Amino acid sequence: MPADGGIGAATIRREDVRFLTGTGKYTDDINIHGQAHVHFLRSEIAHGKIKGLDKASAEQMPGVLKIFTSDDFAEVGGLPCGWQVTDRHGEAMQEPAHPILASGKVRHVGEPIAAVVAESREQAQDAAEAISVDIEELPAVVDMPGALEDSAPKVHDDLTSNLCYDWGFVEENREAVDEAIRNAAHVTTLELRNNRLVANPMEPRVAVGDYTSASGDSTLYTTSQNPHVIRLLMGAFVLGIPEHKLRVVAPDVGGGFGAKIFHYAEEAFCTFAAKNLGRAVKWTSTRSEAFMSDAHGRDHVTKIDLALDAENNFTAIRTETHANMGAYLSTFAPSVPTWLHGTLMAGNYKTPLVYVNVKAVFTNTVPVDAYRGAGRPEATFQLERVIDKAARELGADPIALRRQNFITEFPYATPVALEYDTGNYVATMDRLEDMADLAGFESRLAESRERGMLRGLGVNCYIEACGIAPSSLVGQLGARAGLYESATVRVNATGGLVVMTGSHSHGQGHETAFPQVVADMLGIDAGMVEVVHGDTANTPMGMGTYGSRSLAVGGSALVRATEKIISKAKRIAAHLMEASEADIELGGGQFSVAGTDKSVAWGDVCLAAYVPHNYPLEDLEPGLEETAFYDPSNFTYPAGAYACEVEVDPETGKVSIERFSAADDFGNVVNPMIVEGQVHGGLAQGIGQALLEDCVYDENGQLLTGSYMDYAMPRADDVPFYAVDHSCQTPCTHNPLGVKGCGEAGAIGSPPAVVNAVIDALQRAGHDVEHIDMPVSPSRVWHAMQG
Amino acid sequence: MKISMTVNGREMSGEAEGRTLMSDFLRNTLKLTGTHVGCDTSQCGSCVIHVADRAVKSCTMFAAEADGACVKTIEGMANDDGSLGTIQQAFQDHHGLQCGFCTAGMVMSADALLKENPSPSESEIRDYLEGNICRCTGYHNIVKAIMAASGQDVENIAA
Amino acid sequence: MYAFELERPSTIADAVAALAADNAQALGGGQTIIPTMKQRLASPSRLVSLLGVSGLQGVSSGDGAVAVGGATTHVDVANGAASSYPALASLAANIGDPAVRNRGTIGGSLANNDPAADYPAAALGSGATIATNHREISAENFFLGLFETALENGEIITSVSFPVPNRASYVKFEQPASRFALVGVFVAQYDNGVRVAVTGAAEGGVFRWTEAEAALSSNYSAAAIDGLSTPSVDNLVRDLHGSAEYRAHLVKVLTKRAVASS
Repeated sequence: MPADGGIGAATIRREDVRFLTGTGKYTDDINIHGQAHVHFLRSEIAHGKIKGLDKASAEQMPGVLKIFTSDDFAEVGGLPCGWQVTDRHGEAMQEPAHPILASGKVRHVGEPIAAVVAESREQAQDAAEAISVDIEELPAVVDMPGALEDSAPKVHDDLTSNLCYDWGFVEENREAVDEAIRNAAHVTTLELRNNRLVANPMEPRVAVGDYTSASGDSTLYTTSQNPHVIRLLMGAFVLGIPEHKLRVVAPDVGGGFGAKIFHYAEEAFCTFAAKNLGRAVKWTSTRSEAFMSDAHGRDHVTKIDLALDAENNFTAIRTETHANMGAYLSTFAPSVPTWLHGTLMAGNYKTPLVYVNVKAVFTNTVPVDAYRGAGRPEATFQLERVIDKAARELGADPIALRRQNFITEFPYATPVALEYDTGNYVATMDRLEDMADLAGFESRLAESRERGMLRGLGVNCYIEACGIAPSSLVGQLGARAGLYESATVRVNATGGLVVMTGSHSHGQGHETAFPQVVADMLGIDAGMVEVVHGDTANTPMGMGTYGSRSLAVGGSALVRATEKIISKAKRIAAHLMEASEADIELGGGQFSVAGTDKSVAWGDVCLAAYVPHNYPLEDLEPGLEETAFYDPSNFTYPAGAYACEVEVDPETGKVSIERFSAADDFGNVVNPMIVEGQVHGGLAQGIGQALLEDCVYDENGQLLTGSYMDYAMPRADDVPFYAVDHSCQTPCTHNPLGVKGCGEAGAIGSPPAVVNAVIDALQRAGHDVEHIDMPVSPSRVWHAMQG
Repeated sequence: MKISMTVNGREMSGEAEGRTLMSDFLRNTLKLTGTHVGCDTSQCGSCVIHVADRAVKSCTMFAAEADGACVKTIEGMANDDGSLGTIQQAFQDHHGLQCGFCTAGMVMSADALLKENPSPSESEIRDYLEGNICRCTGYHNIVKAIMAASGQDVENIAA
Repeated sequence: MYAFELERPSTIADAVAALAADNAQALGGGQTIIPTMKQRLASPSRLVSLLGVSGLQGVSSGDGAVAVGGATTHVDVANGAASSYPALASLAANIGDPAVRNRGTIGGSLANNDPAADYPAAALGSGATIATNHREISAENFFLGLFETALENGEIITSVSFPVPNRASYVKFEQPASRFALVGVFVAQYDNGVRVAVTGAAEGGVFRWTEAEAALSSNYSAAAIDGLSTPSVDNLVRDLHGSAEYRAHLVKVLTKRAVASS
């Protein structure tokens, strides 16, 4: 390993220096000379018919340049959906148009109706208030089962109903699963809600559109996890700008968690308006706007049945879910409750029969799409909760019941289409029992009781499918994109390297971790490697960062490109040392000839590549720069076991997390410090979902949790120090680094552990409580205790 | 109106309206973009700076209210030689930041805390950070970094 | 935010004069009004900052009372009343977060009378007297309901006088998002009886729980509360953070805790 950190080193992050000194460059820090500002007039009504819009007086307000409405976008495409789901009858999903600005109707609170561009932000807002909009309010569709009744108002008049799709998976198993459940020795049933969440990256979204009339080039600066995807979607499907005339830059991005994957109306608007007005146009979201315009997450209502035989072996799982799509289909929304959820319903267990039914429903709410974990937390929560409930009903130990049903042989083909390449669920559970000191629980319980507090222990497992994904597979499943990743490795004449990656870091530490991989392969200092990302002008086409894919897919592309570099460098070294290429070895930054003391340094080879005086020009091009695109052959399957201990105040119902332990198998690990930080962050989001966070609409479609005054974000005093461990490592068998991905694990694995612990605490205290929906707030716990 | 203040030891001035927020004045007028704005209800703390040696939320005070005051922002936290200050260095050493957006506010709050309480306990740190929201770190390494910056041994804190 | 002019007077007289303008409003620390103005839910034409007005800052004690200047920040109350009125200091030390406490003022909080704010509980629970630039108002007569007080246009809170009790405590159960009081109970025992003031729970804002006051006046113990029914839920807040029944229950729990910790 290089002295300053190759693969496996807890190298501190180089990008921290700019963030710690206030010199990061986020999108809102970008101001273009002469830029104008846009304010979006957003609907305050959840569902209504736009009968008229009078902007005449607003247009006369100081500083106003232009007020745009849907009429201005008549020639422009709407926002595309990137994934088509086919329903259980073989029909395509219902896919409504998604206009940039509301056209004809408003369909959720926060939908932009008009856009005012003015010299200043305040002037734009002042003028927006002067616009008079006449909206005939219609009954709002909020409740999902209600939305599917024949009498329900339709969110989209041109669709046949509010049902986006009725998906069954695996449809051929449906009757066999029903049969197995009918004949089971025991069936445990649980109905639950997976609460709607708002991703809330701390940096609100920002878009700055710019246009150069001399060349006809458009540039969009945006808070995105995947600038190339935005360029493709916006260029090809919305604005009709060829990609070579459109540059998308996502500079420092202040967190994403899924919400910055998607292509949003504001991005298209700023790009369009900049060209239309010949001025750069900037939009900076307020947090209040973010709550009603960023895609939300989760929001499933589910009934799950777990069937067991007389020996407590799982025999079948059947789950029926209503998944909220919101008013329009966000970019990847249809995939979340289906392929990212249904395929995970086998969990860590060898259940032979699984059937998943999902009805995706349109409602008059903000669109719902992927949020950290995306489908996998919803699968894990219901499965791990129903297993806990089954254990109680059967008088079985919840850990023993899980162990009994673990998949133990790999590769393992699940009944829901995945093939787990590797894993060791017994090892992670063993590790968890040790690190969480489960043996000491009883004494901690006694100590809590002395203080008048209830105490409970919750344990669960999780598995996720990460490193999304084989393009050919996702294409069959309805993805309208490939899911490879790219890397260009450029070696400079004096030996330093620049890595240009299609992945995007918005907190994940690529600028530190990716050089560790290259440095390890070349035997050079990581400090010689620089990472460039986030700008379509200087990085190869890539699909970006989400689904815990950066290292597993982007890192693999980086390995492949670096391998090409090594291969070519060896040919140059062979020439320089007048040796056979097959005899060249690379180690410690030196090329040597096997069995001799001849060697040539890395830097000398690089120089020769660019100053090719002594160089095999007849056989080899000068230069040392290689690009690789990597398309994985399978998902990766991180898995783990989590334990949570809570105290419950029996008088107030308040839950506090006393201990949280996470044993994860991420395969190989490049930077353990970063990996642990990713788990910590995921755990806080999972604990937030379990205890605090809830995005709530009233029956009229009004958002009740539109700010941090009512949407409870986890804060420092809501969480403990966590114990996390990734020492159980079964390397991924199909990517060159053997890595699996770690970004979402914490958010997937932790909610059931928390809720299982609360239920355990209440039951130990004699309360007959089987389930409490998340967030398990003090008032909900107290009401549950009242019976 | 023209307002002037001492920012990170330097005299600075610029035009402001009555409604100009301190955060906007720093970011847009003085071009000090290290101070961030993450909410509009005075809760996230990304905008914390020091005015007259007190931590305040710069999004919840008017620039004119700081006229004539001594102001310190994240841009003024490094050592004179440009190296990271003690708290900044502890945040880097202990991975107390990921996306970096909340970081300025966290560092400014931590600095205020350690001036009041040079060796805070874990719970005192968590309590003090009530007004600083981080979505990335789960707070683990932020708390650890602040303990380390105060000279406490953090070796035994679980990963 | 709408445009307005900001005045920073240095005397009460100048402040009063500045507040005489149409639609002028006093500005304390701005911790409530600035977020409100950002949402364009308030549109004063002029804000008159009281932070620079001489004589409005500081905490003093004497004659069995603690007097707090109207523009004194929460952190200064937390420090200044720590020995003279610890329960008041503790309440101030737990309002909002440190940065909010460095700006927010007692006068601003009382004048706003947010139904979930902490200071109204201390003022009513202590039988405080609120002095303005032209009169004194008892806490009983000051709080008139949701965001409503007896203050007239242009009237400035100059100081608040808290009679110091024999013992007192404030216990708050926080709403998980805003961290305002879902319910907060201030209990203070005086020679002539016990006062119990409740914030956060009622639609009309802070109120006295007279049944608890009577019970505690004859037997100052947590057990004295056990026998009481919870307050009527009729006028209690019900929202996504808790039902009226839950709030009523918390009133009782927190009253007992306040007695126990006083």
